[in-house]
Amino acid sequence: MGGSLRGLFYATAVTAIVAVAIVVGSRNLAHFDGALVGYTFAVLFAAFGITYRYSIWLQRPPTALYWRRGWQVFFRPKYLLHNIVHWPKRVFTDFAFNKFIFRRGRGRWIAHLLIMWGCLLAVAITFPLVFGWIHFETFADNLSWYRVYIFGFPTFSFPVYSIVGFFIFHGLVWASIIVICGVVIAMRRRLRDHAAGALQQFGEDFVPLILLFAVSVTGLMLTASYSWMKGSGYEFLAMLHAISVIFTLLWLPFGKFFHIFQRPAQLGVSFYKEVGKFEPKAKCRRCGEEFASQMHIQDLIEVEKQLGYRYEIGSGIEHYQWICPSCRRCLFAISQGKLWQ
Amino acid sequence: MSVPDNLGFFIDPNRCIGCQSCVQACSECDTHKGKSMIQLQYVDRSSSIQTVPVVCMHCSSPTCAEVCPSDAIKRTEDGVMQTARKPRCIACSNCVLACPFGIPKMQTELEMMMKCDMCYDRSSVGKKPMCATVCPSQALFFGTKEEIEKLRPRSQVSNEFKFGKQIIKTKVHIMLPKFTPTKVLDVTAAMHEPVVDKNFDLESLLDNFEV
Repeated sequence: MGGSLRGLFYATAVTAIVAVAIVVGSRNLAHFDGALVGYTFAVLFAAFGITYRYSIWLQRPPTALYWRRGWQVFFRPKYLLHNIVHWPKRVFTDFAFNKFIFRRGRGRWIAHLLIMWGCLLAVAITFPLVFGWIHFETFADNLSWYRVYIFGFPTFSFPVYSIVGFFIFHGLVWASIIVICGVVIAMRRRLRDHAAGALQQFGEDFVPLILLFAVSVTGLMLTASYSWMKGSGYEFLAMLHAISVIFTLLWLPFGKFFHIFQRPAQLGVSFYKEVGKFEPKAKCRRCGEEFASQMHIQDLIEVEKQLGYRYEIGSGIEHYQWICPSCRRCLFAISQGKLWQ
Repeated sequence: MSVPDNLGFFIDPNRCIGCQSCVQACSECDTHKGKSMIQLQYVDRSSSIQTVPVVCMHCSSPTCAEVCPSDAIKRTEDGVMQTARKPRCIACSNCVLACPFGIPKMQTELEMMMKCDMCYDRSSVGKKPMCATVCPSQALFFGTKEEIEKLRPRSQVSNEFKFGKQIIKTKVHIMLPKFTPTKVLDVTAAMHEPVVDKNFDLESLLDNFEV
């Protein structure tokens, strides 16, 4: 099967699974809110696009190899226990806390943390609601109490006019405020930082921030409309909000947002590097110093061959990849210097 | 913004005096604040004071970018290979190990690769990269081809390098002797070359040295 065809197959399969999950989870659409159908189709399109791009990405020679190798080293019996113990720690420090971004810069870290957690909170609330997986019902004999149904099963209940109710019903307000704070910090950096100014691109770096800001602000305006403005302009605002959300969902597979799905590869790489520390080392065939794991060098040679590179050399060295980076820099100077002699 | 077509980067390792000015200046660059991306390499510290300043050569067929599993290394339209895109780089070190010139640096604590980007905030507006601005011996030179040819009448510029069977073409040029018949610098041909000429007798030279 060709690469594109395989991508189409996986994308169709995942989209179908999401669609079936929506139908089943909403009890044959019994709890599905027809007013939210636009969002549903945008999610299905995003699922298709993301899976297609992910599949194509995974077929690149280096990605394919490290994807495979990441799983292999994780399940290698010798290191399995070590990997299982370290897995939650990495998930917490790298993904929940974004420790690596913290080291890159405090402002960048705060902005990312706010945007990430704000979006996660919003997704956790809206997706199940849109899919009809969660809905609320009042008690038959007491209209001031709500019961939460998950996948059609009754769960906990709470009084409508209570602190719990206030926090639950305004979940998206909190998410919006968190995201807006993050977007403002990120936007400020992009507008003031000289380095960012030289490298950033409108589509890659500004559009995601503008979209998140639009989604959050239009969402807040809906709350403002029904809370303090007697629903004035609500229909227009709802349409504006829907457009911004749907466009964001449609944008997921294409731009910067795709890193959300690429980034977990960092986990596989960390296991690969961790296992590499315990494995035999590659010694530079010029200076004799250890400089990487043998596994890593052999994998790179394989990838380079697949990409069509011809770094093979004779005289016992075999492949240029067996020369350490430091010696490569030396060779650069020596080869030029020798021409002058 | 893009690097003007008439401007180029020229390296002449032979002229490097190891003053480290480039290393210091590099860390002043806005695109990698506080971190020096230049690799000032001692060729054989135990027997020679020779150094070589190695900047990213900005290959037209960049091995670093092609072996990157997360597709994090991008090239600008004017052919400058950028440092790894922060949201994408997964710190696998593939680029560090694959670069034929040994350029990228893995910033382990930041979990990302960083490399020379020709001070893109400067070069894209026609200014010299920081290293070329301060290099006192012009081992690193940024300017027009005409300028460098006038400055180095005995040299010719080349941007083709041979590594085993692989030829790599770069945006950055190296200075070669004008009398050299080939314009391709065979880097791996120097694999077994001694750094210091063993026939060179320093003691007898010093004995014969008269003030």
